[in-house]
Amino acid sequence: MEILIGKYNYWIYIGLMMIGFYAMVAKKNLVKKVVGMNIFQTAIILFFISTSYKKNATIPIIIKSQEVIEPIQYINPLPHVLMLTAIVVMVSTFGVALAVIVMLYKQYKTLEEDEIIEILKDKK
Amino acid sequence: MGEHSSILVVVISLIASITNVFIALVRKSLCYPFFVFILGICFLLSMDILYTVINFGTVKYKLGGWMPPWGIEYVVDHLNAFVIAIVATISFVVAIYAKESIKKEIAKPRLPYFYSTYLLLVAGLIGIVITGDIFNLFVFLEIASLAGYALIAIGEKRSVLASFNYIIMGTIGACFYLLGVGYIYIITGSLNIADLTRLLPPLYESKVTLAALAFFVIGVAIKIALFPLHRWLPDSYTFAPSAVSAFASATVTKVGIYVLIRISYTLFEPRFLTEITPLSTILVWWATIAIFFGSTIALGQIDFKRTLSYILVAEVGYIVLGVSLGNKEGFIGAVLHILNDAVMIACLFMIAGGLFYRIGRRNLTDFTGLKKYMPITMTAFLVTSLSMIGVPPTAGFFSKWYLILGAIRAEQWISASALIFSSLVNAIIFFKLLEKVYFSKKEAIPKYNFRELPLSMLTPIVLMGLAVLVLGIYSGKIISTVIEFTVPKGF
Repeated sequence: MEILIGKYNYWIYIGLMMIGFYAMVAKKNLVKKVVGMNIFQTAIILFFISTSYKKNATIPIIIKSQEVIEPIQYINPLPHVLMLTAIVVMVSTFGVALAVIVMLYKQYKTLEEDEIIEILKDKK
Repeated sequence: MGEHSSILVVVISLIASITNVFIALVRKSLCYPFFVFILGICFLLSMDILYTVINFGTVKYKLGGWMPPWGIEYVVDHLNAFVIAIVATISFVVAIYAKESIKKEIAKPRLPYFYSTYLLLVAGLIGIVITGDIFNLFVFLEIASLAGYALIAIGEKRSVLASFNYIIMGTIGACFYLLGVGYIYIITGSLNIADLTRLLPPLYESKVTLAALAFFVIGVAIKIALFPLHRWLPDSYTFAPSAVSAFASATVTKVGIYVLIRISYTLFEPRFLTEITPLSTILVWWATIAIFFGSTIALGQIDFKRTLSYILVAEVGYIVLGVSLGNKEGFIGAVLHILNDAVMIACLFMIAGGLFYRIGRRNLTDFTGLKKYMPITMTAFLVTSLSMIGVPPTAGFFSKWYLILGAIRAEQWISASALIFSSLVNAIIFFKLLEKVYFSKKEAIPKYNFRELPLSMLTPIVLMGLAVLVLGIYSGKIISTVIEFTVPKGF
């Protein structure tokens, strides 16, 4: 029980990731697939941010030259910075994916994967 | 100079890819010379890096003067320098080829953007290889992948769907890699590869390390299209523009394999893969299945580019097999095969593109009677085919020889037979084609406009064909000056 409640953010990360993964694999609609991809990536952001959290810690800014700097008092800023970069990467992936979807729609006039495959089969 | 070349080669191609868009606003005809000029500079810089590394040892560059492990560091040793030289050379050669080939395949107003995206792909690939920081590697991995998705999507009609599938799979791969980075960071608090090499050994027993390794391997396996995860590759490289197929097939998977080597043997020690986890054994079997599968499917294809794509799946299997055999011969064979396969596959895809350029088709049957119309191209095709089969003294023979030696020394008989099986399959495919080209009684269908390719397409093909021979003859020299030093300690 401890491990369920005490680390609930990690369970949410796993849950989100599986939802995203399911959408990417099982959904037929291409936009839903891309949204699933986004959920999948967001889960990773949650994971990284969770790892930087400490109880009763504050933001890593030193106001004045205080007496002693205890690392335990400050949360780790590095995962946040990494995730800023990762968010940029994810947004651009999302953009490219949407652009490709627009191209697909112009070609096939549909966004359902099975219908597209049907059209491709007919052509053959 | 060597120290600064390592950063310049990435920065120049990255900035040039953006500058190119602005040049297009002023004058579209300037884009292509600029594009080739930049890749030429990258080629020279990569040679400078290789020269420096061979003569003076590992090159290190601290970005912004920040001390590692806090700052990002570029570390170039023999393995990096070797792969960078391959990427830069192939990108330059294919760029020369691309001029005529791409004109027929995409609309003229889009050409400058094609050049920009191509430069972005080069920047991403070189960045992956050069960096000494695992998170930085992820960023470059995504830069390269995004450029790759875009380049594939501008190909033939069906390429868009292929590109979409590639996006979905590639993103899963990159995310798994990122998760691996996360787990490594949790347990060590560092992202610098050199630092991690020092920090990780006491933590080998930890479950977190194992989880990180699993995520890394699966993520990279998707990027290099190792058998059951190869689904994106054949469609993408079949329908992409010819120049993109030639460049991407030769470099993207090879760079992925470089990442696999870095993770398995620099980040972790060889004993971690053999004694603590059974990863080496798993990879050997995995690669063996990939070789069998890729070769078998390649037999049944009609489209020449699709045949090549499945052969590429098998070749990826070769290299992964050699890397994971865990002995010196296998490893040397694998690293040598990275070079040889890049040259051979690039040459074959360029020939496929040449055929497509002339007649708008590239099925295996279209090769009938071509020796009359394209004698020079077909000579290059002959040499490269022999190399794919593994006939001495072409390059393909030597790497395969080392791989088989490695498999025998590791007593992996099934893997050794997989290598021989695959060579035989290549022999069937390419002898059938050569028979059509040289001995077929049937005339080529005359309505097609068969002629020798234009000079700017012919030169790269001939260059690569010659390279296959030269690399074969000098393979001993290449091994003793570069590849010997890439073999990890403990082999």
